[in-house]
Amino acid sequence: MTHTNLTFVDWLIMLLYFVFVLGIGFALKRYMKTSKDFFQAGRALPAWICGLAFISANLGAQEVIGMGASGAKYGIATSHFYWIGAIPAMIFVGIFMMPFYYGSKARSVPEFLRLRFDEKTRALNACSFAVMTVFSSGISMYAMARLIQTLHVFDYLFISAGLPLGYIFHFSILLSAIIVLGYIFLGGLTSAIYNEVLQFFLIIAGFLPLVLIGLKNVGGWSGLKAHMPNPAYLHSWQGMTHANTNPLGVEVFGLAMGLGFVLSFGYWCTDFLVIQTAMATDTQENARRVPLIAAIPKMFFPFLVILPGLLAIGAVTPHNTTTVHTDASGAIVRETTVVSEVEAKGQGLVPAKTDPISGKIVLDASGKPLLDYDLAIPSMLLHYFPTGILGLGLTALLASFMSGMAGNVTAFNTVWTYDLYQSYIKKGASDKHYLAMGRWATVGGILLSMATAYAATGFNNIMDTLQLVFSFVNAPLFATFLLGMFWKRATGNGAFIGLISGTLAAVVHHGLTLPIEAHTGMHGGWIAVVHHYPSDMAQNFWTAIWAFSTNFVVTIVVSLFGTPKPESELVGLVHSLTPKPELGHLPWWRRPETLAVVLLVMVVTLNVIFR
Amino acid sequence: MNLDLRIPMGLMFTLVGLILTVYGLVTRGSDIYLKSMGINANLDWGIVLLIFGSMMFLLGRAGQKKVDSAPPKPVAEGEIRRGH
Repeated sequence: MTHTNLTFVDWLIMLLYFVFVLGIGFALKRYMKTSKDFFQAGRALPAWICGLAFISANLGAQEVIGMGASGAKYGIATSHFYWIGAIPAMIFVGIFMMPFYYGSKARSVPEFLRLRFDEKTRALNACSFAVMTVFSSGISMYAMARLIQTLHVFDYLFISAGLPLGYIFHFSILLSAIIVLGYIFLGGLTSAIYNEVLQFFLIIAGFLPLVLIGLKNVGGWSGLKAHMPNPAYLHSWQGMTHANTNPLGVEVFGLAMGLGFVLSFGYWCTDFLVIQTAMATDTQENARRVPLIAAIPKMFFPFLVILPGLLAIGAVTPHNTTTVHTDASGAIVRETTVVSEVEAKGQGLVPAKTDPISGKIVLDASGKPLLDYDLAIPSMLLHYFPTGILGLGLTALLASFMSGMAGNVTAFNTVWTYDLYQSYIKKGASDKHYLAMGRWATVGGILLSMATAYAATGFNNIMDTLQLVFSFVNAPLFATFLLGMFWKRATGNGAFIGLISGTLAAVVHHGLTLPIEAHTGMHGGWIAVVHHYPSDMAQNFWTAIWAFSTNFVVTIVVSLFGTPKPESELVGLVHSLTPKPELGHLPWWRRPETLAVVLLVMVVTLNVIFR
Repeated sequence: MNLDLRIPMGLMFTLVGLILTVYGLVTRGSDIYLKSMGINANLDWGIVLLIFGSMMFLLGRAGQKKVDSAPPKPVAEGEIRRGH
C-alpha cells in the first residue's frame, strides 16, 4: 500500500467529525426523557431525515468497501444490487407494508410478529435478529480497524507517541466502540439517525470528487470504456441468460428471484435495522414516504460507490518510473519512484492480495496473483487525493463504518429491551427502568460487537459473508411477512414452523452445494456435494430461493391444519382487514403511489441505459 | 424533536469547507496536487462545501425560527442553537 502522507489538516477534519458526532449526542441527551424518545426517536422526525437515514443505515462496510470491491471485480453488473436488489423492495415496503408496521403501533419488527402471529414467532425472530445485528456491527468494526491499519492512518501518531504499531488495530476497535457507544448512549435512535444523515452527506462530499478526478484521469467515460479488462464490464445485462457468460456467474432467473425478490425483499421489508428509521417519523404518510425518498439517492449510489471500483481497475498499474530532468544548477537529476510489489502485481490501482500472516502475495491455482478487491476504494483515495481532501475522504469512510455499526446497535438495544427483556425477563417495570435498560443494552451490544470483531475472519469478501448470514436468517423471513400481511388464514404455528424449516432449508442447501473452485467447509458442501454452482453468488441466491420457498409452502400447509386468529384481532395487521390509508386530502402528485411510479420509470431507464 | 439537524450539520460542513479552502489557498501550486492531476482539489472542493454547509446552516436556522413560537433570542455566530 502506498505510503500514506497524512498531515495535521487530515487529522483536524477527522477530529472535527468526532467532535460533531459526540456533540450531537450531547445536544440530544436532554430530549431523552422516555423510552419512546430513546428507542423510537419520539416518533417525531421529518421524512427526509429518516429517508436519508434509511439508506445510510445500510451504507456500512458492506456498501462502501464491498460495492467498490465488486465493481472492480464484476463491473457495472454490481449495480444489480441497487437497481434490482433494492429499489423494487424499497417501493414495496413503502407502498404496501409500512401501513402495517406503522399503523399497528408495534415498536419493533419482532413485536409486529407477536401482534400478527404469536409469542414464539416473535421470540425466534427477536433472538436471531439480535445475534445478526451484533454480528454485522462486529464485522463493521473489524473491517474498519483492519482498514485503518492497512492505510497507516494512525501510524504517524503512534510513532510520535512512541507506541508500538501493533496496537493500532486494538486502538481502532476501541475508538469506534467509544464513539458509537457515546452517541447512542446519549441520544438513542435520534442520535443514530442524525449521524446516519451526516454520514450520507459525508460520503457524497468525500467520494464525488474522487469519482470526478478518477474519471478525468482515465479520460472520461469513453476513456474508461477503453481501459476495461473486458467490454462486458460496462454492461449490466450482457450475458445474463447463462451463468457462464457473465461476470457474476448467475443466470437471470437466479438474479431476479434470488437477489431481486427473496434477498432484497427479505432485507428491505423485514430488517428492523432499516425499518426502525421509517418508524421514527411523525405520521403514517411520512413513514410510507421514507423508503421512497430513500430510493432516489439509492438509485444513483452506484455512481458513487461502484464506479470508483471500475476506475481503480481501469487506471494504469503503478510501476517503477525514472524521470530525468535538469535542475537549476544544470546538473542532470534522475528521480526513481519505486512502487511496492503488491502494487506492481495488482491490476490498475487494485493491489495484489497478501497473506496476513506471512506477508507474501497470494497466488491462484494458475500462479497469477489474486487481487485484493476490498482495497479498490481505499487505494483510489490514497492515489488521487492530496492531503486535506484525503482527510475528508478517510473521514467519510470511517463515518460509514461507524454509522453502519450504530444502526445495528440501536436495532439491537430496541429488540433486546422491548422484545426480550420486557417480554421475558422483567415485565411491568417503569418506563424509566426500560430507558436505563436500553442504555445498558447499548453497552452490551458494543461489547459483543467487539468480541465479534476479534472473531471475524474467513471469507475474503465481506459482502459474501454478510450475504450468507442474511440468506440463512432473512430469506425465509419474507415469506412469513408476506403471508402474514396478505393472507388472513396464516397462523402462528404455521409461521413458527415455516420459519424454522426455511432456515433449516437454507443451512441444508448450503451444506449440499458448492461453488466451483471452492473448498468444502465455509463455502458449502460440508454434508455432501450434490450440486456445483458457477459462483459463490449463485449459490447464495439459490440458498435464499430454497429457504423462502420452503418457508412459504410449510407455513401454508401448517396454517391450513390450524385455526386462524379471529378477524377482529387482525385489523390493522392484515391487508384485507385493514382500511386503506386515507389520502383524500393530498393532491395526486403528493401521494406515495405517484412517487413510486416515478421511481419505477427511473430505475427501468437506468437499466436500459446500462444494459 | 427540538434540534434541527441542519444546524450542526451545516456548521460542520462549513468548517470543513473553510479548512479545505484555507489550506488550498496556502498550498496553491504545491507538488501535492500532482496526485490530483494538477487540480487544487482542496480549494475547489472546499469552496463547494463552504457554500453547501452555510446554505444548510441558514436553512436550519430559518426552520428552527419557524418552530420556535416565541421570538428567538439573537445567537452569537458559530454557536449551535438547541431550541429550548
